[in-house]
Formats: sequence, C-alpha cells, structure tokens
Amino acid sequence: MTQSNRIPGGQIDRARSLSFTFDGVTYQGHPGDTLASALLANGQRLMGRSFKYHRPRGPISAGSEEPNALVELRGGARREPNTRATVVELFDGLSAESQNRWPSLKFDAMAVNDRLSNFFAAGFYYKTFMWPKAFWEKLYEPIIRRAAGLGSLSREEDPDQYDKGFLHCDLLIIGAGPAGLMAALTAGRAGARVILADEDFRMGGRLNAETHEVGGLAGADWAAQAVAELRSMANVRLMPRTTIIGAMDHGIYAAVERVSDHLPVPLPGKPRQILWRIYSRRAILAGGATERPIAFENNDRPGILLAGSLRAYANRWGVAVGRRVAVFTNNDDGLRTASDLKAKGLEVRVIDARKGEEVVDTAGRLGLSSVTIRSGGRTETFACEALAVSGGWNPNVNIASHHRGRPVWNDAIAAFVPGQGDIPGLEAAGAAAGRFSTRAALETGAAAAEGALADLGRSAPARDLPTAEDGPYAITPKWYVGGGKGRAWIDQQNDVTLKDVKLAHQENYTSVEHLKRYTTLGMATDQGKTGNVLGLAVMASLTGKSIPQTGTTVYRPPYTPVAMGTLAGRSRGQEFKPKRLTPSHKWASEQGAVFVEVGQWLRAQWLPRAGETQWRESVDREVLATRKSVGICDVTTLGKIDIQGTDAGAFLDKVYANTFSTLAVGKCRYGLMLREDGIVYDDGTTARLGQNEYVMTTTTANAVLVFRNLEYARQCLYPDMDVQLISTTEAWAQFSVAGPNARKLLQKLVDQDISDAELPYMGCREITVCGGLRARIFRISFSGELAYEIAVPTRYGDALIRELVEQGREFDAVVYGTEALGVMRVEKGHVAGNELNGQSTALNMGLGKMVSKKKDSIGMVLSQREGMNDPNGYRLVGVKPVDPAQKLTAGSHFLEKGAAPVIANDLGWLTSVVYSPHLGCSIALGYLKKGDERRGQRLRAANLLAGAEVEVEIVSPHFFDPEGERLRG
Amino acid sequence: MAEHRLKPLCPLGGTSPARASIGPVTLTEVVDVALASVSARLGRTAEVAASAAAAGIPLPGPGRFEARAPFAAFWLSPESWMVEAPFATHEDSRAALLPVFGDAASITEQTDAWVRIDVTGEGLPALFERLCNVDLATAPEGAATRTILEHMGVYVVKRGAAQVSVIGARSSAAALWHALETAAHSVF
Repeated sequence: MTQSNRIPGGQIDRARSLSFTFDGVTYQGHPGDTLASALLANGQRLMGRSFKYHRPRGPISAGSEEPNALVELRGGARREPNTRATVVELFDGLSAESQNRWPSLKFDAMAVNDRLSNFFAAGFYYKTFMWPKAFWEKLYEPIIRRAAGLGSLSREEDPDQYDKGFLHCDLLIIGAGPAGLMAALTAGRAGARVILADEDFRMGGRLNAETHEVGGLAGADWAAQAVAELRSMANVRLMPRTTIIGAMDHGIYAAVERVSDHLPVPLPGKPRQILWRIYSRRAILAGGATERPIAFENNDRPGILLAGSLRAYANRWGVAVGRRVAVFTNNDDGLRTASDLKAKGLEVRVIDARKGEEVVDTAGRLGLSSVTIRSGGRTETFACEALAVSGGWNPNVNIASHHRGRPVWNDAIAAFVPGQGDIPGLEAAGAAAGRFSTRAALETGAAAAEGALADLGRSAPARDLPTAEDGPYAITPKWYVGGGKGRAWIDQQNDVTLKDVKLAHQENYTSVEHLKRYTTLGMATDQGKTGNVLGLAVMASLTGKSIPQTGTTVYRPPYTPVAMGTLAGRSRGQEFKPKRLTPSHKWASEQGAVFVEVGQWLRAQWLPRAGETQWRESVDREVLATRKSVGICDVTTLGKIDIQGTDAGAFLDKVYANTFSTLAVGKCRYGLMLREDGIVYDDGTTARLGQNEYVMTTTTANAVLVFRNLEYARQCLYPDMDVQLISTTEAWAQFSVAGPNARKLLQKLVDQDISDAELPYMGCREITVCGGLRARIFRISFSGELAYEIAVPTRYGDALIRELVEQGREFDAVVYGTEALGVMRVEKGHVAGNELNGQSTALNMGLGKMVSKKKDSIGMVLSQREGMNDPNGYRLVGVKPVDPAQKLTAGSHFLEKGAAPVIANDLGWLTSVVYSPHLGCSIALGYLKKGDERRGQRLRAANLLAGAEVEVEIVSPHFFDPEGERLRG
Repeated sequence: MAEHRLKPLCPLGGTSPARASIGPVTLTEVVDVALASVSARLGRTAEVAASAAAAGIPLPGPGRFEARAPFAAFWLSPESWMVEAPFATHEDSRAALLPVFGDAASITEQTDAWVRIDVTGEGLPALFERLCNVDLATAPEGAATRTILEHMGVYVVKRGAAQVSVIGARSSAAALWHALETAAHSVF
C-alpha cells in the first residue's frame, strides 16, 4: 500500500519506513507516526465500529481523548484491547485488529443495530429487560454484553513485568506543552528539583502541531531546544510517555510510565510499564485543553475530526485526511486549521457558525464523501473527504478535580476552568487554566513556576519569555445544530445522541448524575473527554438553566485507562506476597515435605515417607510415633516477644487475663489475651527468664497483631510503666520435642541436666547444647506428651533439626507437621484458631477461671457482662461418633434427637474435627449450649450442606490422658 | 565461647554469604555483624547516654545511623537503638552490652532476626526508587529509616553514597534478595 495521503512536512523520519498490519493488511509508516496517523496516511479512515449501533468510525482526535479509534494491539498473550490508535507509537512489526465487528470492519452484521436504533434509545435496557427479574443476569445481560462492547481479552497470562516506584521532587509539572516547558525552564534554572511528565512520546504539546513561531523559531524547534536545555540540567527529570493519572493526598501524584510500549516486546528483564508514586512539594497542571465537537446529523463518519486534530495530522505527521476539507467552527482557532491546510495546498471550505453557517448533514457510508451546508436559508452540498469541527476547547481540568473540587465556568471561553485551590499545592497554567494563546501559555507557565519557587523559598531567575503569538480565541458558543430528524452524536464512544439527552430531559433525568447513568454519557475508556461538556450544554439549553447551574460530572482517577497489570506490579502469581521460610525449611524440602501457607509462612504440613500414598497415612504415623516414642516439630513461626523492664510483670498482668507478675523466675505459664470487649483473641505461653525479663509466645497467625496491641498498650495505655518490647520471632529457631522419649533424646544434646528434678513441668532454663551453643529450653506441651521446646540462634536451626533427627534414630523419632500437631491438640482438648473465633469467651472455652478478677486487665470488665456469662451458653465439649465408623464434619450443628433442623433448635457446632489414630475414630471439639452439663448425652451432628447426619456422644474435650500424667512424666 | 558441633547457615541458606553483581551494583549478604537492641528503661535515658559515650557506642537521633568502631548503631524508636558490633568478637551481643548498660537499658539479642543485604555501587538512587519510598538521592550519609519494600518491612541504612544496607526479616531473606535482584535487572 502507498501512503497516498502523506503530504510534505511533519516530525516524522521519512528516511526510515516501518511496516505494520491492520486487520491483516500490511501498511508502511515512519518513525514518529502513531498508528492512527500512519493509517490515515495510507487513506484508511475507517478504524472501528461504534459501541452500540456498530456505526463505522474513524479517529476524531490525535490524542488520548480518542473515543472511536480503539483497536486490539499485538497478538497472543500480549493482545491489548481498547487501545487508542491515536496514542500508539508506531513500531516495525506492529499488528492491530479492529474490534467490535463481525465478520469484518467493512461489513459488520451487527450494524443492523443502527437500523433498529429507535429501539436502542437511552433507557432502552431499563425499560425492556424488566421481566422476569431472574432473566436479567442469566439471559439479557450476557446477550447485550456480547452484542455491544469493546475489545476482548486474550485470556492468557500477561507475560510482561510491571514495576512500581517512588519519585520525589520540589515541583511536578504535568504536561510539556508551552506552559509546562516554560515552567520547567523557570524552575529548572532556579535549581529546583523538577519532574516534567508528558503522556506523549514527543514533548512540546501543541507546539508540535502548530505552524506559528516561538522566539523566532518554529514552535516545534523551540520546544526541542527547551527540552535539550532541560535535559542538560541534573535537577530536572524528563518523563515522556508518562501520564499523570491521579492526584492523591499530600502532593502525591500517580503516574504511569510506558517504558516499553513503543517496542515490539520489552527488553529482557525490563518492565513494560511503571506505576510511579510521585511525592511533590508543588505541582503545576499544564495538561492543555481538549477540543469539543458540535452536534449535527451524522457527525460521526470517518473523516470527521476535531479541527485541531486534523491540523495536527497535517502539521506534525504530514498527513492530509482528505484533499478536500470542510472546516466547521465557532471560534478563531478553527480558522487556523483552514489556513494551515490551505497553506499545504488542500482545498478548504470554511463554515463559520458565528456567521450563521451550519453543517446540517453528511454523507458517505464507510467514510465522509460530502457535507450539507446551510447558510442564509440556502442549503448546498460540498464534496469532501474530511471535515474539521471545532466547538471550542475544554481545559483539561480532570486532575484538578480529583479531590472533588468543582471546576468553574468561564463565560469568556465558554468552558470550565479548574477551581482555585481545589488541590493544595497545584496551580494550573496555560490552556489547562483557560489561557489559550501561546504567549499566555508561556506567561502563565513562568508565573506558576515563580509562585511555586516562592513557596519553596527559592528565588526565580529573571523572566525571559520568548516572543509568541497572542491571537484572540473569539468563541461564540454553538453546541448543536437543530431541526434535523437524524441522529447527532454527542458522545461517540457510548453512542449517546442529542435525542438521548432530550429523552432523558423528557423523562426528568435532568441532574447531570442521572443524565450520565441514564444515557451512559461520559462512561468507558475516554470518560467523556470530548462529549461531557457538550452533553451538559445540551441539557442546560433544554432546562433553560445556565451550564454552571446544570453542573458538571466529577472526574476521578485514572485520567486515562490503566492496565490491571500495572496496578498489580510484581505482586502476582508466586510473587503475590513474600514467603517466610522456617529454619528447618531446607531440611524439610529435602525430605519431600508437603508445605502449607500459614500467613506468609510455609510450614511442613506432613512429611510423607516412601510408600505413603495418602496424607492420612503420613499424619497417623507421625501422631502414633510421637505418642509412642518422640516427635519433633518446627514451632519457630509462633510469635516471640521479648518483654523487659521493672514493670514487665505488671504489664503482663494488664495484657493477659491471668496473672504473670507472680510467676517464678525459670517458669512458664499459659495465658489468655482478651480484647477490650472481653472476647479471647490469642493465647500462648510466657516464660520468665529473669526478674525483669519475660519472653512471650503468641499464635503464628496473631504474632503481628499481638505485638501491635502490646505496643499500643505500652505507649498509650500505660506510658508510666517501665517496659520495653521487641520481637524475637525470627531470632530463635525453636523446635518442639514431644513424646515419652523426649527427655532422653534432648539429654543427648543438652549439656546440662534436664531431669524432672532440674527441669520440672513448666520450667524453663538458659542452657547450652551440642558442646556449648547458647540455647533456651521450655518444658511445655501442646500435644499432651512429655514435651519441650528448645531454641537456638536461628542460624543453627538447620543444624539442630539434623542433629535431633540423627540423635533420634535410636528412638525412632519422627518429624511431624502441622496436621499431626492439630490431631494431637484436639486429642488433648487444646483450643486453637477454630475455637479462638472472635466470638468466644474464656468461659465458652472452659477456661473461665483463668480470667482473674483480683486485678484489672484488658477485657476483664467487659468479660463480666451478663450476656457473656449465660449459664445456658456455649461450652467447649469433646465429640465422638456413636458409631466409630462414621465420619464427623467440621461445621456440623448439634441438634436434639427428633428436633427439626431449624435455627431455633440449633445447639451449637463442631469447631475442629480430626481423625484420632489413638482412638481409631473421628473426634471433634465443639461449642455446645450447656455443654458442661451434657457429658454422656447423645445428640445429632447435622451437616445440612452435605445432607449428612451423625449420632454423636458428648465427652470431655480431653480425649487423651485427661489427668495429664504423661506431660508431667 | 565453647566449641560446639553445630554448623551455622547464612540467612539466604548458604554456608557462605550470597553475592551477586548486576550492572553497576553488587548485592552482598552480610553475616559478620552481631546485632542487639538497646532500649533505655523508663527515666534512665541520661544514664544510657553516659554509659554509651563512655563505651564508645553511638546513639544517633531519629532517622540516623552512626559508626564508631567497633560499634555502630541506628535509631529504632524513641530511646531505642539497634547496635552493631563485629560478630567475631561480639557474637553473644547481649552479654557483650550488659556490662555497659547494666539495668539502665533493656537489651535483646537481634543478630539472627535479620538478614542484611548491602547494596553497593553507582546509581543506587535509581535502584531504590523502584523499591521503596526512600529518597536516597537527597538522603544524607548516615540516614536510616524503616520502610516497606515489596510488602516486607525493612530498615534502609545509607552508610555511604555507594553503600546502602537493607535489613529485613531473616525468614523472608530469599524474597528480599529476589526483590532487590529483580529490581536491579529492571533498572540496569
């Protein structure tokens, strides 16, 4: 294909050609082109189909506001739907497909919707798909979604990497047009730390698209010179291809940098995009303005563009959209398009709305072929391939309204401008502030920078503004052309027409918020950048109110669409969150252990041996071997908090429900922690290592929560107590050694005597192991066996597990995982996460006596509330199936025999269920109403979800060694 | 210290410290430093300061790190510091500091709670801007702060223009190393 519409000039590198495909057809373009400019250069005006009516569409803009020219870019897993062709930087080998059409862009069967448009007016879905109710989700919505829509996802995992990052600056300048460049030069020359960000790949903004001079140079050349000067400054960071997507609190702005989007694939190891968080002390919004259309019949044909964009294609990209061009404008800026195109040798016809001239209709099925002009009561037809429309310019106020600030109407330019102080520290300049001449842009850019420098306590250099045009804008508002019967588009992305807005008004959806939801005006990828103000103006004219009285919709982040991958960054798949590895992880991996995630920790769940094909075989073996001889388990993940200070004991009395100040040095005690409301939230063992020194253990899951609560208590509740806290969870590798032979095994490692006399039950000592390594030993038991926990500095954890296994061979020692741990604690009736469910009191757990009333502690008072001491309330019980062959299911509910399975008859539920190899049947813990009085009773455990019901016997929760003889052995 | 028969592992799981060079930067796992936290007991700040001064232990202010051989320290929280000392001579770090502070401070061994990865070389600000919210370019030498890096709480200590320590939880040492390595590949 030839670039038949290429004309001389522009900032493209004609010496090099790039090959690309659109809908399978190969075209040529040049470096500096966008996909849209290259397609237009090749005479391809048709680029997409509209959302609802499947109308043929081409680009109406040359920038990020584009509603029509949406394509699926790239293929395979990298396919990206809804990409605006107007901002896609052309690269060699680029491939794009049109979307929302079938079977082809030129012949789209779904265009039948256009013929049926009377049925698809605003509110159509709401009125039509009302009955029956259930059909909406299952039938109507899927059909509508298939028929109306944008591009489709690849459904493959994105192969690219996305980074996140943090930047800091004195002054962030959003937009690198004349205002932004002048601001950057001013602040940069003053030595301030400046970030200049622009969404375009070429900085300069409108200067690249205009023919007028700045400082005696072509505008684009002055911009290039300014960029070169800025690049030479170490204190200035230039960020092209970077869109500021949102203004957050405290001067923080979110930005997306498209690092690799202009390459076929990112370079190895390099991110495709970076989501930056920019911390700025001051910011300048120099994001320019967006032109708006005028609504007239059939104003959406390919070849009809905004006037400034048509001019940009000619001036910046050397593209004539058509050889014959009509220009329909209500302001002087539109006339620039006419003069620039004339200078390029094109045939131009001006239709100036200010003189009573109007475009009333257009023709051309897949692209514009003529326009119908009405002037002084006469209509005539003008044959042309392009129509430039200018209804005026809207300052890009979006970023300035991200804090819910309302833009302010300015009658002189018939547009909204940012409100003063809507975002602290942000000042608008140039076209974004409604100052449209180049001179005004340079001036306000410099002034905004000077203001920011003054705020920052820096002196500005003497103002040195280049000469530039300062022409009038001279707009007379013209929103729509009335009188026709056909459809006139306001929001092309959502196919919202003049009629839709009229219908909304007729049906009393006159508030802008209702207008938006009823007609979908301003929704989807372009967020109404071209259509919003026009829609508002039409509504204002219908209600007879002024535009500011009618209001404006609030702009929210992001400014332009952001890929989910960019927001996720590296937090996906295996790297969704960091993993915490236990000291025995390396050894356990070598054994083929099966790991389970507990918070961020990976813990061995069980350690299969050769021949074991099913997890229960491993778990049963681990339990039986531990109870028979000795088992070892890594318990490093339990939270450890070092608590020191002369008030450490008194502090513990406050945070625990039971008493710790009386604990003897060298002893451990089990403790319960209550929330303020009296509910138990954590439990664990705390040891007293010295007069003023304790080490607390918490559950794995609550380690961080407990530490945070303790710090809060220390700093805010008891600031007069002498107590210091620090986590030591990671500092010590800790292993539980449990079973009748635990002492024998440990004595082989421990250098001191750990006989029952030297280290009785609940004793603790600082010891040495293996010939002198510092260690700690605690004689505590979760399994109900004679058990110890032994701790060494973490770097020796791997060596210690290997030593324990080696020395344990003579006892047939096993290493057990969290499943076996769970079985043994249920057999022993210890509560854990399922019982500490955030609803249960110490009384519910059968631990009511642990809440000391002799002292004040967090949660003690509220634990005494009547409702929490109901004698008929839940109590922890043990549960066995009457028929040992039957399996219990956690979550089953207790019912009396013969009682209907309804909530009124509910007596409680099974919290934890395990298979006890010791008892040879399924056993459970549960909360049962008056459970303490029901021992020996037979009830039903009903699982309505599974339709299963088991007759159960209520027993003591201490299934195993109820007298605790083993652990004291 | 008695000779015992257990062999230590480095936080990253090796028998010797890990090291990798990516572009202009080098990541080094540092294992020859012992750590202990020192927190002044209530109302005894002046004693702690005096004892530290006498022993040559720096106790820098908020957000600061200070080195004074053989000890160095960075600020943790009000009246609380992490003290560094050579591992070879101060392995039992709490025992080493107890004689200095007596009962005026609470001292806790912290050596094995952490992994320290030193990042050295040119262009560190460019690397750290992809990692955490620390403005390394303007941070003075001796800046030390707690921050979040890929969901992990870490201390970042700027020991010099070309040497920054990232000190994170030992259990997630591999995840931290991976984060630093990936970011370095991404930047350089």
